[in-house]
Amino acid sequence: MATDKTYIAQSPDIASSTLGDDTMIMSTLDSTLFILNSVGTVIWKAADGATPLSRIVQEKVCAEFDVSETQALADAKEFVEKLAQHGILQVSGEPVPCKEMA
Amino acid sequence: MSESRQLSDKMTSHNVVIEIGGLPIEVQTADSGFERLLRGRYRDYVNPHATPEFALRVQLAPPETIDTDADAEVWLEGCEWRMMRGDFRARWNPAEGQGEVFQSANPYSIDAVLRIIHTLMLAPEGGFLLHASSAVRNGKAFLFSGVSEAGKTTMARLAPPDVALLTDEASYVRKVDGQYVAYGTPFAGELGEPGKNISAPIAALYLLKKATENRIEEIDPAEAVRRLLRNILFFAHEAESVRQVFTSACAFVQAVPVYQLSFFPDQRVWELIG
Repeated sequence: MATDKTYIAQSPDIASSTLGDDTMIMSTLDSTLFILNSVGTVIWKAADGATPLSRIVQEKVCAEFDVSETQALADAKEFVEKLAQHGILQVSGEPVPCKEMA
Repeated sequence: MSESRQLSDKMTSHNVVIEIGGLPIEVQTADSGFERLLRGRYRDYVNPHATPEFALRVQLAPPETIDTDADAEVWLEGCEWRMMRGDFRARWNPAEGQGEVFQSANPYSIDAVLRIIHTLMLAPEGGFLLHASSAVRNGKAFLFSGVSEAGKTTMARLAPPDVALLTDEASYVRKVDGQYVAYGTPFAGELGEPGKNISAPIAALYLLKKATENRIEEIDPAEAVRRLLRNILFFAHEAESVRQVFTSACAFVQAVPVYQLSFFPDQRVWELIG
């Protein structure tokens, strides 16, 4: 479960592309396709394995969207857990060594 | 068959160069009857003047009762692709441009193998086969894609005389000098006729939906990619292959306009095209 010391990293088993405001991500393991909206795209792009999720929310999400930090962090935790269940994101309590980001 | 003819077939190779999408494959067989089958089935795509860049050897086996509707399996073993379905097994070496197929003298088998090989050749360069009918009008190609019963063949049947059909079933998309080009193919659907062996730059992809009136609507790019991916014909599941197909779909949508075409199945729909 994502906590305030949660680190997220893009899985190496994906292919992704940004089209307009959306980001598309395909799992190369089972070809499942995900479409992230603009908020999801911000979190995804910041998933470098070295930045805590709380700081991503504070510095990226709240800076760009009109949302409270508390709400944004709760939504972000739910979001990353969902992507982690599908193998799209790696979630850890420690920094994650990351490949070159998509 | 006389003994002398059997020996003759075993000693000679009957080669037919089948060129689809500008990619000539020399299909080699020791059986003169199968050669005649190939020349008849692919008649508009046989190019004796092409220098074959690829070769596919066909080894014929006795016919069996098999399920040609079964899904083909395609996987990578080392540097070779392997293909298998109830009616054939085949291998393809992309680096050497050579392969071999074991099948009976069943035209649907060689059809399937050629389709698979072409998808494997197209993928690394950003092209693909698409579950779509396609046609050329005024020098431009238009693709009509959708799942079964969406209206692909209907669009082909309704095409007026000034339209040249490329296919009613499997559209051939290739990226040439940075531009997407559609080619005719011999892979016929319900129309039962091969497409015209011509090509044209793609002006638009229409995603089909049957309706009570004709309407063209823009589609969000992400939704266009999602629907395009559903209709791309690709059989391998290796990670790099999946990545290639995904990248190709995204690049295509960014370069070619994609619309939803809601249409009532009569000829008036073609007033909106081209």
